[in-house]
Amino acid sequence: MHPALFFIFGAIAVAGAVNLLVQRTPIFSALSLVAVMGALAVLYLLLGAEFIAFVQVLVYAGAIMVLFVFVIMLLNAQQPESSHRSRVARLVGIPVVVLLFMEVAGVLAATYANTPVGFSGRIITVQAIGDALFHQYLLPFEVTSVLFLVGVIGAVMLAARQEPPQPPEGRLPRAQAAGHGGSGPTPEMAAALRQPARALGGVVAPDAEPHAAGTEVKSR
Amino acid sequence: MIPLSFYLILGAILFSIGVAGFFFKRDIISIFISIELMLNAVNLTFVAFSHFWHQAAGNIFVFFVMVVAAAEAAVGLAIIIAVVRNRQTLNADKMDLMKL
Repeated sequence: MHPALFFIFGAIAVAGAVNLLVQRTPIFSALSLVAVMGALAVLYLLLGAEFIAFVQVLVYAGAIMVLFVFVIMLLNAQQPESSHRSRVARLVGIPVVVLLFMEVAGVLAATYANTPVGFSGRIITVQAIGDALFHQYLLPFEVTSVLFLVGVIGAVMLAARQEPPQPPEGRLPRAQAAGHGGSGPTPEMAAALRQPARALGGVVAPDAEPHAAGTEVKSR
Repeated sequence: MIPLSFYLILGAILFSIGVAGFFFKRDIISIFISIELMLNAVNLTFVAFSHFWHQAAGNIFVFFVMVVAAAEAAVGLAIIIAVVRNRQTLNADKMDLMKL
């Protein structure tokens, strides 16, 4: 049972990776990577790493790849046209990759040839992982929270749309820029926003001044 | 029973395909996807060794790799959005300045 599952899902993983390599559109590459991650999750289960298998599906295939797909659709990503430099990269890259694979696989196969592993009930449970994570590796775990905080701030800083520089003269261009750019409420939207406050509250007279919107909100 | 080397060679195959994608792909998002494939190949190696030596530390390392990959994906995709917004292209050959 174990060898059959290994070969089936190993073949799925390799096929997905090859598909990732040959697909021209990034969205198909991303979906191939989801297939690879699903196959790898089964292999993690075969190796008794149940926590890693579930986190692989939930976090990697579920969250990170959705982020990728969002960005691909946001940017409407297509394959750029082939250039001279990319053909040179292909010419040089294929022998380098084959050489790298032969080197790594040769060393691994020579070193660990006769060491069978199997689904022998040796499951590394969630309890064992939590025990190690919150005793032995507590400091790295806390440091990752700082990393995430920096990552969130950095992502927001980088992806936030910069406002075009405002023209220095007068108030009229500012008001026009706000009206056309959609960055602030237009006068019609502001009036529509004030409308429910009048209808619900009934405190402010209908002929109230428009700049009394703040007091309307407070009076509710 | 499967030899441990099968898992390691599968990891090597996936890693090599990731390196090939990193070399050959021209749009920056596919290059980023190839990097994720390489990280997954390394994770498979970690889990195989963790099972072989029966140590939870390998699984902890995979957990941290996933954490760093999540942060890296968020920041990297934000950088890609900022660059594409300024350059109007996804072609990595045309991104030859660190300036936005």
